Amino acid sequence: MSEAEAKPAGRVIPAPAVTVESQPFWDAAAEGRFLIKRCTACGKAHWYPRAFCPFCASDDTVWEESPGEGEIYTFSIMRRSPTGPYVIGYVTLDEGPAVLTNFVDCDPDSLRIGQRVKVRFQPTDGGPPAPVFCPA
Amino acid sequence: MSLKGKAYIMGAWEHPTRDAPDKTTAQLHFESARGALADAGLTFDDVDGYFCAGDAPGFGGMSMVDYMGLRNVRHLDSTETGGSSYILHVGHAVQAIAAGKCQVALITLAGRPRQGQGGRPGGGARPGQLSDGAPEAGFENIYGGSTHNTYGMCAMRHMHDYGTTSEQLAWIKVAASHHAQWNEHAFLKDVVTVEDVVNSRMISDPLHLLDCCVVTDGGGALIVTSPEVARSLNRPKIKVIGSGEAPKGPSGGHGLDLTYSGAVWSGPRAFAEAGVTPADIKYASIYDSFTITVLMQIEDLGFCAKGQGGRFVADGNLISGVGKLPFNTDGGGLCNNHPTNRGGITKVIEAVRQLRGEAHPRVQVANCDLALAHGTGGSLGTRHGAATVILERE
Ligand SMILES: [Zn+2]
Repeated sequence: MSEAEAKPAGRVIPAPAVTVESQPFWDAAAEGRFLIKRCTACGKAHWYPRAFCPFCASDDTVWEESPGEGEIYTFSIMRRSPTGPYVIGYVTLDEGPAVLTNFVDCDPDSLRIGQRVKVRFQPTDGGPPAPVFCPA
Repeated sequence: MSLKGKAYIMGAWEHPTRDAPDKTTAQLHFESARGALADAGLTFDDVDGYFCAGDAPGFGGMSMVDYMGLRNVRHLDSTETGGSSYILHVGHAVQAIAAGKCQVALITLAGRPRQGQGGRPGGGARPGQLSDGAPEAGFENIYGGSTHNTYGMCAMRHMHDYGTTSEQLAWIKVAASHHAQWNEHAFLKDVVTVEDVVNSRMISDPLHLLDCCVVTDGGGALIVTSPEVARSLNRPKIKVIGSGEAPKGPSGGHGLDLTYSGAVWSGPRAFAEAGVTPADIKYASIYDSFTITVLMQIEDLGFCAKGQGGRFVADGNLISGVGKLPFNTDGGGLCNNHPTNRGGITKVIEAVRQLRGEAHPRVQVANCDLALAHGTGGSLGTRHGAATVILERE
């Protein structure tokens, strides 16, 4: 059990703005599944998910379930917060794209660039659960 | 100079939808862009100028450029005049093309007023209701990103990749404070030391309180005139000899690199137009929302090699009369002023003071005839717009 986990209520994640373009992602998130978008024309996965491929402008994109594993690209520990420090950062997914997120279930001071992390879903304030990452 | 015949409309496409419950406004912008480009026989990679108005979700076109995957934009215009914006944009596009600022200008409009509140660009949604705002919002805005921690992420990675230290970053604040002591209007007038900076409270690792700019009310304005008007006025003539701009974003998440900014594109464009090099610049106004902002931009503009910024700024090298690159001699955003959290205009104002010889005598650069002003807006940690101007005293 990490220090952060043992703490009482920390920062509450606000409800994500769900659009008609992103709704399948959030529906899957509610079932604990982490989806990314991949283009079947050029083969590349992208983030955040769009209805088309930002690399080749093709509409031929498909949702793909990802194990949500990758490594920390960078992070910062926000100390000036009424609910206690929290960590924002980017994960580079094994599929390629970088994802902005929070790192949770960890001692923030122990985090390292390059560290392996894995997705989990955290409840939000009145919206679908949001993907956050914790040490693998 | 007449602009008559300087540019042509070569693509035009009207979206066939009249009711779009299943698409976002951003998506309608994209599909309209794709339609017009196909009509012209061009691709997204050909676009180097992007024009949009208030209907484009996000922040002045930056969200749309990143969303659509526009990789080669070097001219941005989000002038808003309501329904007439896009006609005005045609005129602005002609000006930009005639001036050599872009060759292929893309102008887009889209919206979904039939979808109620959720169809309002930028409009938030009530819980359970679909949103239609900036396309990245749902995936980014929920994580508590602020200027402090998104710039903190840049600094963290820069330190990892290049060995930059907090002490080196601190030298940037120290230099700004040396200048601010002579500015009677400066918000912070006390000279600080490297120790003061690194021992100040940690705000968002690795940025300390004194790595951050001030928060101030205020304002500023600039007047730009034709050569004819300039000649008729009794003030030193400061000529704009080069300018460059560039947006940068996570662009689909591939190859994310937060250690450089859009200055790597805007800077060379401005230098090429001016026909000068970084070594020629006598004074530089460099956007200083945080110390890391200055360090990255000094590297990206070519004042030193990438990764060498830490060594370059150390030991007072940015202090007027002491170092090789006098910067932000008004005290900058770090000490003097950052009116309404937008420091771009004060950067140009201090560069003009230097070129006129009207900076404070204690910080005035001798024979200052060539200056640079550069800024980035938005966030270096997500998406931002970079702009560089090079100014010469005539
Ligand atoms: Zn593709």
